[in-house]
Amino acid sequence: MIELVHVSKQFNAGRANEFQAVDDVSLTIRRGELTILKGPSGSGKTTLLSLVGCMSRPTSGRIYLRGVRTSFVPGDEAEPVVDISSLPERFLTDIRRRAFGFIFQQFNLVRGVTALENVMLPSYPTGEGYAAIRRRADELLERFGIRRQGGSRVEWLSGGELQRVAIARALINDPAVIIADEPTAHLDSRLSRELLDLLGSFKAQGRTIIMASHDPIACDHPLADRVVEMRDGRIVAGGSS
Amino acid sequence: MRTNIDRHRNIIDFAISSMLRRKAKNLSLALLYTLIIFVTASLILFVQALRKEAATLLADAPDIVVQRLMAGRHDLIPTSYGEKLAGIRGITAVTPRLWGYYYDPVFGANYTLVARDGDGTGPEKIAIGQGVARSQRISGGDMLTLRSATGTPLLLTVARLLPEESELVSSDLLLLSTADFRTMFDFPAGVATDLAVTVSNQRELATIAGKIAALLPDTRPILKSEILRTYESIFDWRGGMMVVILSVAVIAFVIFAWDKASGLSAEERREIGILKSIGWETGDILLLKFWEGVAISLTAFLVGVILAYLHVFLFSAPLFTQALKGWGVLYPRFRLVPHVDPYQLTILFFLTVLPYTVATIVPSWLAATVDADTAMRS
Repeated sequence: MIELVHVSKQFNAGRANEFQAVDDVSLTIRRGELTILKGPSGSGKTTLLSLVGCMSRPTSGRIYLRGVRTSFVPGDEAEPVVDISSLPERFLTDIRRRAFGFIFQQFNLVRGVTALENVMLPSYPTGEGYAAIRRRADELLERFGIRRQGGSRVEWLSGGELQRVAIARALINDPAVIIADEPTAHLDSRLSRELLDLLGSFKAQGRTIIMASHDPIACDHPLADRVVEMRDGRIVAGGSS
Repeated sequence: MRTNIDRHRNIIDFAISSMLRRKAKNLSLALLYTLIIFVTASLILFVQALRKEAATLLADAPDIVVQRLMAGRHDLIPTSYGEKLAGIRGITAVTPRLWGYYYDPVFGANYTLVARDGDGTGPEKIAIGQGVARSQRISGGDMLTLRSATGTPLLLTVARLLPEESELVSSDLLLLSTADFRTMFDFPAGVATDLAVTVSNQRELATIAGKIAALLPDTRPILKSEILRTYESIFDWRGGMMVVILSVAVIAFVIFAWDKASGLSAEERREIGILKSIGWETGDILLLKFWEGVAISLTAFLVGVILAYLHVFLFSAPLFTQALKGWGVLYPRFRLVPHVDPYQLTILFFLTVLPYTVATIVPSWLAATVDADTAMRS
């Protein structure tokens, strides 16, 4: 479903603080699998996630998405292939909205607005009617048992509630791929397991999950189909497809 | 189309809830903004209204006013001078005018008395301006008492109120019959305050004025254009004051807008990063910031202009009266007739709302054009 071919990402190229975050990574991520990118801080996990999730573009190499519907590629083919390596921002955003749901390390919820509105935020620019977005957001909050907290501002919620709001937000546009960056980093063991069980349920629904983590609870979880180990921007284990 | 409207509606919704989060900051911005608009719009409306009043005043002014001078001072002019003037070629009419001032110590008001027969006046019947009616709290049919020059009271009935076309002209005006006027001031027969001269060809005014001065060396002909020049110099002087005040307001606004422009907080940058990462594109973020800017600037503009309108036309601009009306502060107080120049307000709109909106958008644009990933990490 996602294929990376000799992908590199360099920051501050040509300057004294030049930094190679991802170095010649080739990887194939299959549909419906839970893939874990494992490695210490600075190993390039988050950068690789942002490249796959269309949040940034690689300095070199190619990234192909297979079977992702976009507004700019005719939908006649059963399995359209899109090279996202050098797409303009507009197209990247279009793919990001339709195909990916993001769960961030610190949840990255917008402070000062309600949990419900945070969940609805990714759908606002899609042009979908407010009522439809609201209905879907309510359903998601209900599903995760936090409907009652929907009207509360996010800074009033507990860690577990925040986590569920972040997951609900990731699902609002019904994405095919969930990208989670160190989602258990700030959770205790119980909440970490709960989160992994939830991610497991998404996998059961046929969604692809890519998660960056160095948490043993996540890496050793039985639902993980594949653990790719990274160090210094390179894949050191589990890279062969 | 429908999708685009919904997109705007959703983003406006979020813009409003986003602004409500920073109530204190946005409220103080809106208040300061409103204040600047209020001061500027008040000045514009005030000066425009005064100019309009002056134009109305001059529309009925005679082509030439001939005054008699005695030792350099204005003196009463014999009506027989009119017959001499009528002999000058080009003069079509000479009308003796009777007018003067009367100070009413009871109401502390200064009135202008003009003799005019007909036009609602008659024996012991007068027409009064709106300002006089307001200060004395009288209306049509009521009695008005004036103390004549001989010390005896003159009882007059208000026959009608003068229309509000221009209060600067008519606010303090009392129109009374020639007979009553002469009684009032014990005005000698055969003389007038001045002579109003009508000339058929406007291009001959200066020549005719020269002939008048030569024929009657003890008189001073005043041309309509000279009155106009006097008014203009007064307005230009006040216009200059307006420019000074306006400059201060504009500088205050620029500092304020600049502060706003450079004032994107770390929290706001982080939010832009979050929005980008969850699928908002740069255009969506600019739209959000645009609506935030428009909400504040448009509200401030509308409230500021409405307050300025009320300030100038309902409360007679108490904040600027002393500075801008100058010696023209009349008793009784007059109200300006509402007159709004859309052109000036449009200029004000583009000088304030536009720069503010741009000042709001530019830093957000700078923050939003980077990769979502970079925005998140910064």
